[in-house]
Amino acid sequence: MKPKSVAVVGAAETTKMGKIPDVSVIGLHADAALNAMADAGLKPSDIDGVATAGISPVELAHYLGITPTYADGTSVGGCSFMLHVRHAAAAINAGLATTILITHGESGRSRVGSSGFGRAPSSLMGQFEMPYGVAGPPTMFTIPVLRYLKTYGLKPEDMAPVATIQREWAAKNPRASFKDPLSVDDVMNADMIAWPFTKLMCCLVTDGGGALILTSAERAKDFPQKPVYVLGTGESVETPMVSQMEDFTSSKAFRVSGKKAFETAGIGHADIDHLMIYDAFAHLPLYGLEDLGFCKPGEAAGFIRERNTAPPKDGKGGGRLPLNTNGGGLSYMHSGMYGMYALQESVRQMRGIAPAQVDGAKISVCHGVGGMFAASGTIIFSNDAP
Amino acid sequence: MPPRMLPEPTPETRHFWDGCRDGELRLQRCTACAESYFPPRPFCPKCGSRDVEVYKASGTGVLWSYVINQRPRPDMGTEPYAIAVVKLAEGPTMMTNIVDCPQTPEALQLDMPLKVAFAKQSDEITLPLFAPAGA
Ligand SMILES: [Zn+2]
Repeated sequence: MKPKSVAVVGAAETTKMGKIPDVSVIGLHADAALNAMADAGLKPSDIDGVATAGISPVELAHYLGITPTYADGTSVGGCSFMLHVRHAAAAINAGLATTILITHGESGRSRVGSSGFGRAPSSLMGQFEMPYGVAGPPTMFTIPVLRYLKTYGLKPEDMAPVATIQREWAAKNPRASFKDPLSVDDVMNADMIAWPFTKLMCCLVTDGGGALILTSAERAKDFPQKPVYVLGTGESVETPMVSQMEDFTSSKAFRVSGKKAFETAGIGHADIDHLMIYDAFAHLPLYGLEDLGFCKPGEAAGFIRERNTAPPKDGKGGGRLPLNTNGGGLSYMHSGMYGMYALQESVRQMRGIAPAQVDGAKISVCHGVGGMFAASGTIIFSNDAP
Repeated sequence: MPPRMLPEPTPETRHFWDGCRDGELRLQRCTACAESYFPPRPFCPKCGSRDVEVYKASGTGVLWSYVINQRPRPDMGTEPYAIAVVKLAEGPTMMTNIVDCPQTPEALQLDMPLKVAFAKQSDEITLPLFAPAGA
């Protein structure tokens, strides 16, 4: 085995997902953490490192009765958990901790014990974006897309197959929030949220959480579950203000994070069996496929429409690059910081236990976004010891 | 309708908001590398030099991208409105609203020329909105 390898040995989501009005934010963190510890056969006293976003790692550690020698409060939005995995791998190798718990919990729908959207009016976003009527991610994350569509001669309806094909994946997943089939017309005729985005191009708003436990690959083989190895990692940040993105047709944070992950994993695109791209909105898989190098600029919409990322249907085989196989933020669930659910699906696929399992999948890329194209994290997993 | 959410200037951004109040769109540029930049800060984000100057920008640009918010924020009235990004003639992009123009995809064409239209909100704050250059 390659020295300094790290693996996921515990992974779980909250017991319930969707609408959970009887559990607060920290309660969701704890429920997911206890499920992940049970999955790994561990107790809180076995954990010596904690990482979380949304709440502080201090709150998490104290609530669970953990006395850590490592705490990571990196909070860069929905991809924070990818960064936590990356930092945990480095921390384990540096001897800062041996067994690191990463948690997410969010009462996105029921808003039990959670805070609202908003920035101080003296912050840069408060001065130079908030006065113009932005009202959360649906009116901010979406702003660059008209420039993207015009640059490549595309139309809003070219984003619709992202939603319809992910719904096909969701239909195979008992825990998905929405499973009914969806047509391009359904997507285009849904309520308009922020033109050109209809409601079905926007993610769900749900309650839930998830947790991961990482340790060295040496120790991982003594745990009850099949280890899922971390092959490569990347991260980057660009801007807290979507209006200041360097290029409205491409995310610099995506490009930097993805390139670093592929380089450290030492693999190429042809090696990838399974892909997760954080899809808070329907344009994100397009940017992700292009910025990670799976498609040339402007070609991702066609790639998806031609069913390269789709499950098998009507006797025809599935596409060569299964994408967002849990149904994604558009159909599976999205509590606010979705990155944890993308990581959970990659781990399930690598363990071979996903509801829509990709046969023989050996390498999974899990790519996250934080804020409105503000940040990015990429993790490449494998079920083969590196 | 609640009062519109307004910016709170900081020492580093004061010149910009004073400029808007006085009818000038002020940008900054680096005297070392000549880069124009936004939002305001007392150094060049390209080369790190503190040797920067404030100057009066042309106030012109093109419509770079936008969405039309169908669920107005309470302080923004009841009608759908475009949240836009203008690409200024000097290079930087800036979020804004488009005025003197229907808030429709047909009327709001990317790359249409725009010019600044100052909208006074209070004694201290005037927002730099943009209107079609021909209007
Ligand atoms: Zn400079």
